[in-house]
Amino acid sequence: MKDDVRIGVYICHCGSNIAGTVDTKEVAKFAQGLPSVVIAKDYMYMCSDPGQNMIKEDIEQLGLNRVVVASCSPMLHEHTFRQACQDAGLNPYLFEMANIREHCSWVTEDPKSATEKAKALVSAAVRRIYYQEPLEVREVPVTASVLVVGGGIAGIQAALEIANAGHKVYLVEREPSIGGHMAQFDKTFPTLDCASCIFTPLLSAVGQHPNIDLMTYSDVEEVSGYIGNFKAKIRKRARYVDEDKCNGCLVCVEKCPWKAVSEFDEGLAQRKAIYTPFAQAVPSVPVIDTEHCVYFSKGTCRACERFCDPKAIDFEQQDKEVEVEVGAVIVATGYDAFDPSVITSYGYGHYDNVITALQFERMCNASGPTDGKIVLRDGSEPKNIAIIHCVGSRDKNYHEYCSRVCCMYSLKYSHLIKEKIEDAEVYQFYIDMRCFGKGYEEFYERVSDEGVKFIRGKVGEVTNRTITEEERGKLVVVAEDSLMSAMIRVPADMVILSTALEARSDAEAVARLFNISRSADGFFLERHPKLDPVATTTDGTFVVGCAQGPKDIPDAVAQASAAAARVLAMISKGSVEIEAATAVIDEELCSGCKICNLLCPYSAISFDEEKSVSRINEALCKGCGVCVAACPSSAIAGKHFTTEQIMAEIEGVLV
Amino acid sequence: MAKLNLAIYWSASCGGCDVAILDINEKILQVAEIADIVFWPIALDFKRHHVEAMEDKSIDVCLFNGAVRTSEQEEMAELLRAKSKAMVAFGSCAHLGGIPGLSNFTNRAETFERAFVEAESCDNPDKTLPQNMTNVAEGELEQPEFYDTVKALNQVVDVEYYIPGCPPTVPIISQVVDALAAGKLPPVGTVFGSDKALCDECPRTKEEKKITKIYRPHEIIPDPEKCFLEQGMICTGPATRGGCEARCIAANMPCRGCFGPPPGVTDQGTHMLSALASILDVTEDEDIARMIDEIVDPAGTFYRFSLPTAMMNRRRM
Ligand SMILES: Cc1cc2nc3c(=O)[nH]c(=O)nc-3n(C[C@H](O)[C@H](O)[C@H](O)COP(=O)(O)OP(=O)(O)OC[C@H]3O[C@@H](n4cnc5c(N)ncnc54)[C@H](O)[C@@H]3O)c2cc1C
Ligand code: SF4
Ligand code: SF4
Ligand code: SF4
Ligand code: SF4
Repeated sequence: MKDDVRIGVYICHCGSNIAGTVDTKEVAKFAQGLPSVVIAKDYMYMCSDPGQNMIKEDIEQLGLNRVVVASCSPMLHEHTFRQACQDAGLNPYLFEMANIREHCSWVTEDPKSATEKAKALVSAAVRRIYYQEPLEVREVPVTASVLVVGGGIAGIQAALEIANAGHKVYLVEREPSIGGHMAQFDKTFPTLDCASCIFTPLLSAVGQHPNIDLMTYSDVEEVSGYIGNFKAKIRKRARYVDEDKCNGCLVCVEKCPWKAVSEFDEGLAQRKAIYTPFAQAVPSVPVIDTEHCVYFSKGTCRACERFCDPKAIDFEQQDKEVEVEVGAVIVATGYDAFDPSVITSYGYGHYDNVITALQFERMCNASGPTDGKIVLRDGSEPKNIAIIHCVGSRDKNYHEYCSRVCCMYSLKYSHLIKEKIEDAEVYQFYIDMRCFGKGYEEFYERVSDEGVKFIRGKVGEVTNRTITEEERGKLVVVAEDSLMSAMIRVPADMVILSTALEARSDAEAVARLFNISRSADGFFLERHPKLDPVATTTDGTFVVGCAQGPKDIPDAVAQASAAAARVLAMISKGSVEIEAATAVIDEELCSGCKICNLLCPYSAISFDEEKSVSRINEALCKGCGVCVAACPSSAIAGKHFTTEQIMAEIEGVLV
Repeated sequence: MAKLNLAIYWSASCGGCDVAILDINEKILQVAEIADIVFWPIALDFKRHHVEAMEDKSIDVCLFNGAVRTSEQEEMAELLRAKSKAMVAFGSCAHLGGIPGLSNFTNRAETFERAFVEAESCDNPDKTLPQNMTNVAEGELEQPEFYDTVKALNQVVDVEYYIPGCPPTVPIISQVVDALAAGKLPPVGTVFGSDKALCDECPRTKEEKKITKIYRPHEIIPDPEKCFLEQGMICTGPATRGGCEARCIAANMPCRGCFGPPPGVTDQGTHMLSALASILDVTEDEDIARMIDEIVDPAGTFYRFSLPTAMMNRRRM
């Protein structure tokens, strides 16, 4: 026995949360009898100031050098008590917490077994802490620049906030222009303000900002390093237009004789082989789509080159690799719209006038493919328009979650339709109306007053098989009206599918690239849903906007600002603390088998070929323990989770 | 220097360890030079009463091979312990329990049933089984008691040194002989062999490992240059103490683990198992199940030599 170990044990009542079931006095008495325990007390609220002061005083007066608190989950108060120990001069890693609330008093109503279990948990903590060692909390400097990935509204907001605070931002966008989905909209709910009026100033602010290095048509290829010190490799794809020479006149676009389907217009219009996605694109430098450019396929044309005054067209341009060093990463890659063609009964792709929400957004946009006119495929004006909610959302076959914005944008469409076609009839087929945001309920009232027909029920089918005269020549929406418990048939000229927001199709690869996790719905996972909503499990990497889950613009912006604030705080402090409970490899024991090499989720392990041993970069290691368990030579020890400590804990719990 | 008194004994073993001592060839002459062999049942005609007659601690070194599974083996271990200054667990069975130790997955009754009744080579319609006491016309015969559990030597008596291997290799035996001759024995508790796992001395090229199928030795002809694990063959090298000079590896056979766990490892089997589990490159449930099925006889594979000294060392009785 080390005779210099002096343990203090504190049993918390948590009001009646613990003491209501566990006999805390008895547990304290039991703890008093355990080896090396100098003092054991029970108290009403250990996390209160008097509770913490009790610990501090005992450390000072009784010379305690180990502290155990039996209370709630370490998730809640480990930090509190570690801090209290530290204030009294005790290394925070000489503190241990036994969870006798979530793991004990809350899971049984039987006082006897609860008390016994509390004793076992306390005994485990006491035996374990005997072997605990002080650990050094390390600090690393923070590089004062930031990588923002994705130039939708969320990425733009984050980039501008950081750049305005005076720090360098590398904004990487894979499309030829920033803007994301918001650039496609005409008006935004619930205020109905013109999207481009509020958005284009932001786009150009980004384009002109001295602190923003904007890389469009680019991809992040590799990220290494750790909080405060990331390195990213970015590939700038060849645009075949020299960004420095191009003055944005777009004569080339006008002169290009070759066309392709416009992605930005959701297939409703065509663009040229050399193009910018939309008129206010930032940067206004076009790109050549080599798939549709005839020069690239057949070797002739070069019309654009001939007309370009500043000689910016460069058919020889190559992809460029850029490496940047940043202190933090903000992932703002947004969402994909659900492809409704998989729900064959809705006829998307089959019937001309069944369109998606994003197609409708483009149609309403004054600078869109129809100059803002709502028209059927044959150019005529629709009179009856059906809007089907929850297409791909709240559906066990596709996505179980609610996409959160579709009810609202569907209401927006009612308004836009009424605005443009006064005598139109609009039918909303909804499951539930979810109008939860600020001003949303009011917006719902306003749109209702404009005379929309709400039909509660799931649509079974959209068909062109008509039965009545009234239906002839139209599409028929067949649904069950669940309020009337009857099947109904509604003839419509146009059907708009309010499609779900889903995780990007490449989300898995992006998650791997940035070492972040995804939740079951496929979106990137935040560190804590309530208390840490924009951080991820990789320190220094944040996720904002729809990349984290479906949300509206205000929420996306709020998250972006939150992440920017976190990053700015890091930068202004100049350094960050990193995990002390890391793993270490004993070179004397490592046989160089390389079993551990690919396992680390944080890429902390590398191989030293010269000495033929593996190494852990402690700055990257999070102490997850994966490699510790895998090493067949026991060459890797997890600090704070040594075999000795774990075995002692197990023995303790078995008493 | 006075000659050493050397004893060599075998208990639950196959005899290979004794043969290994003879395999040191001319080195045996050096043994004869430095030591008087006072007890070696396989080679010389000594009886138990000769040992009993010796003074306590009069044997300098006892090389004890084989596991302990009968009352007689236990008594001999205790007797030799009392008479010896240094007790050496010689070979995998004495060191770790060895192959006989795998019968800790059964018990005495089932072992007898298998060996004396079921075995394909048995003709025993009356199901006659070995008895502790048997009455015959001449009187009562006593046989040693056969225990349910096989033990390693140090689970029965205190042991000073360990010589691993099934059987121990000539270089290691020579190393021990040299140490004895020089009177320079290492600290008590030493296991002769390397301080690192076998991979350290394995000459094969090692890459990062990810496998999607497990092969048994007869299923493929392995590439002799590449690490077996990367080829999907279970090689227990990473969880096995080195020092054997990778003799199986040289014969293009994966390591089976006879040198026991490397220093610091308490349980060779679980360490090998978690290392192997860590390199399976499959995520779908059915692929995982398939790969688990591809490990034929997991207990025998991971604990081939070390079950009695593992953390969980026998089936529940
Ligand atoms: C039909 C429809 C109508 C809507 N109407 C409204 C409305 O009226 N009001 C409202 O508040 N909300 C509305 N929304 C929601 C709104 O679209 C989102 O809240 C908002 O666009 C989210 O912005 P974001 O930046 O997170 O994502 P996005 O807008 O998707 O932007 C992400 C950006 O990241 C880029 N990117 C993606 N992957 C990568 C990568 N690997 N590397 C580099 N760049 C990448 C993309 O090209 C894109 O530019 C609507 C949604 C839909 C579907
Ligand atoms: S927001 Fe409305 S339409 Fe969209 S998924 Fe949720 S309930 Fe359905
Ligand atoms: S698993 Fe262990 S022995 Fe093998 S390389 Fe990694 S640290 Fe070394
Ligand atoms: S404990 Fe090992 S696997 Fe886990 S983060 Fe550290 S080095 Fe990586
Ligand atoms: S696992 Fe086997 S083959 Fe591979 S390096 Fe280790 S001992 Fe050699």
